[in-house]
Amino acid sequence: MDLLNALLQGILLGGVFALFASGLSIMFGVMRIVNLAHGDLAVLAAFIAMMALTHTRLPAWGLVVIAPAFGLLGYVMQRLLITPSLNAGPIATLVATFGLSIVIQNALIEGFSADVRSLEVGRLATASVNLGAGIDLPLVGILGLGTAIAVIGGMQVFLSRSRTGRMMRAASDDVETAALTGANARHIYAVATAIAFSTLALAGILLGTRSSFSPTAGTLILIFAFEAVVIGGLGSLWGTLLGGLILGLTQSAVAYYDPAQAILAGHVVFLAVLAFRPQGLIPARSV
Amino acid sequence: MTLLRITDIDVHHGLLRAVSGFSITVNKGEVLSVIGANGAGKSTLMRAVAGSIPVSSGRIEVSGQDVTQQRAHQRLMSGVALVPEGRRLFRSLTLEDNLLAGAYRRRPGPWRLDTVYDLFDWMPDRRAQRSQFLSGGEQQAVAIGRALMSNPDILLIDELSLGLAPKVVKQIYGSFQQIVSSGCAILFVEQDVSQALAIADEVVCLLEGRTMLAGKPADLKRSDIESAYFGITEGSH
Repeated sequence: MDLLNALLQGILLGGVFALFASGLSIMFGVMRIVNLAHGDLAVLAAFIAMMALTHTRLPAWGLVVIAPAFGLLGYVMQRLLITPSLNAGPIATLVATFGLSIVIQNALIEGFSADVRSLEVGRLATASVNLGAGIDLPLVGILGLGTAIAVIGGMQVFLSRSRTGRMMRAASDDVETAALTGANARHIYAVATAIAFSTLALAGILLGTRSSFSPTAGTLILIFAFEAVVIGGLGSLWGTLLGGLILGLTQSAVAYYDPAQAILAGHVVFLAVLAFRPQGLIPARSV
Repeated sequence: MTLLRITDIDVHHGLLRAVSGFSITVNKGEVLSVIGANGAGKSTLMRAVAGSIPVSSGRIEVSGQDVTQQRAHQRLMSGVALVPEGRRLFRSLTLEDNLLAGAYRRRPGPWRLDTVYDLFDWMPDRRAQRSQFLSGGEQQAVAIGRALMSNPDILLIDELSLGLAPKVVKQIYGSFQQIVSSGCAILFVEQDVSQALAIADEVVCLLEGRTMLAGKPADLKRSDIESAYFGITEGSH
C-alpha cells in the first residue's frame, strides 16, 4: 500500500515535471532551440511569488498573475535576445540563454543569499485529499498535475485550431515559406516563447508551494524538464506529458526503496531511452 | 490597370550579379512568363519580387505602392504571393491546413477555401491528408491554392512544371484563365519554352540575368527565341 502511495505521489510529481517540460518542448518544437535559462526563470518566478506574498496582501491564488507577466517578459526577451542570436546560428542561442541563466542565478544569490526558501501559502500547502486506505494526496500536487494536463491540452488545441498556432506549425516546418504566406517569424517565435515563459512561471510557483527552492535550483529543474522532453519524444507535447510522468514515477518508486538513488534512477531511465529509443516514446511531431 | 511594375532592378547573390537591369510591367488579367536556361536568374528574380531576398537597386511597385523595402511577409500583405520552386508545402500539415496557412494574412477578395476547392475539385476528398503524401502535381496545385488564399494582386509561380506529369501540368495551366479573371495577374517561370509560348500573353527571356528578348508569342520568331535562350549571337553561326 505504501508503494501504491509512492506511485501516486510520483504521478503528481511527474505532473510538475511535465509542466516544466511543456515550455521547453514548445520552444524546441517551433524554433529548434533549447532555452538553458528555463529552470532559472522558473526559480525567478518562485522568488517573485515569495516577494509578492510577503510584501503585498495578494492571496495565494492571485499568484497566477505572474504567468501573464512572464509571458510578456518572454515576448520581449525573444525579440531582443533570442531571435538576434538565432540569426547568428544555433550555438549562439545556447550561449545567449546560458548567459541569461548565469545572470539570473547570480542576481538571485546577490539579492536573496543562497538560503533555501519556500512559499508560504497557508492551508493550501498542507491540504490533502484522503483516498482512504491511508493514502493522502496533497492538493498542491493534484493542482500541479491538473495544471499540466490543462496547459498541454490547451497548447495542443491552440496549435491545431488557431490561426497563429497553425502558422507556428508551418514556421516549424519551413520558416522561409511561412514568411511567404505572410508570417512575421519574429512575432510567431515571440508568441511561442511567451507561452513557454507563462508555463514555466506557473511551474516555478507550483514547485515553490510543494517543496523548497534556492537560487541554484534552476539547473536541476532544467535537467528534469529536458529529460522529460527527450523521454517523451522531441517536439511532441503529449509525449512531454508522458515523459514527465515516467520521470516522476521512476523517482518516487525508487525513493520508496532508497531515497538516495531517486534522482540517479531518473537519469538512468533518460539514458536508457536515449540508447534504445532515441526518437522518444511518442515521436510524432505535434508542434 | 498596372498591378506590378518593376523598374531596373539588380539582384546580387554575394558578389555575383544574378539579375541586372530587369524591368517589366504586368497588367490586370495578364499571364506573363519568364523563360531562360538554368542559371539565367529566373528563380532569383521571383524570390526578389516576393521579398525573400533584397534587391541591390531599382524599384518594385505593386498596384502603385512602392514595396521595394518591404520584407516577404509585408509584401504578401501588399498583394504579392509566390509559389516557390519545389512547392515547399508545410509537410506536417494537412492539405486543408496548408491552404488555411495561406489565409493567415488574408486580403479581401474572392479566394476562400470553397472557391479554391471549386478550382481544384479533387481537393475536398483529400483535405485531411498530410501534404507530404501528395504527388508532385497535387502538391503544386495545393501550393497555388495556398498562394491564392491570400487574394494576391500578382501571383508568382516558380518552375511550374518542373518534375511534373504533363497531364497535371495541363490541368494547372487550364486553371490560369479562371485565376486571372478573378482580378489578378500571373507571372510564372517555365523551363519548357513551347509550353510558355502556348500559355502566356507575353514572354521574357533571361540570359545571365539580362533580358534578351521580350514580346507577345505571336510576334516572336522561333530562331530569335533560341538565340536569346542559349545566348547565340549572329556571328557565331
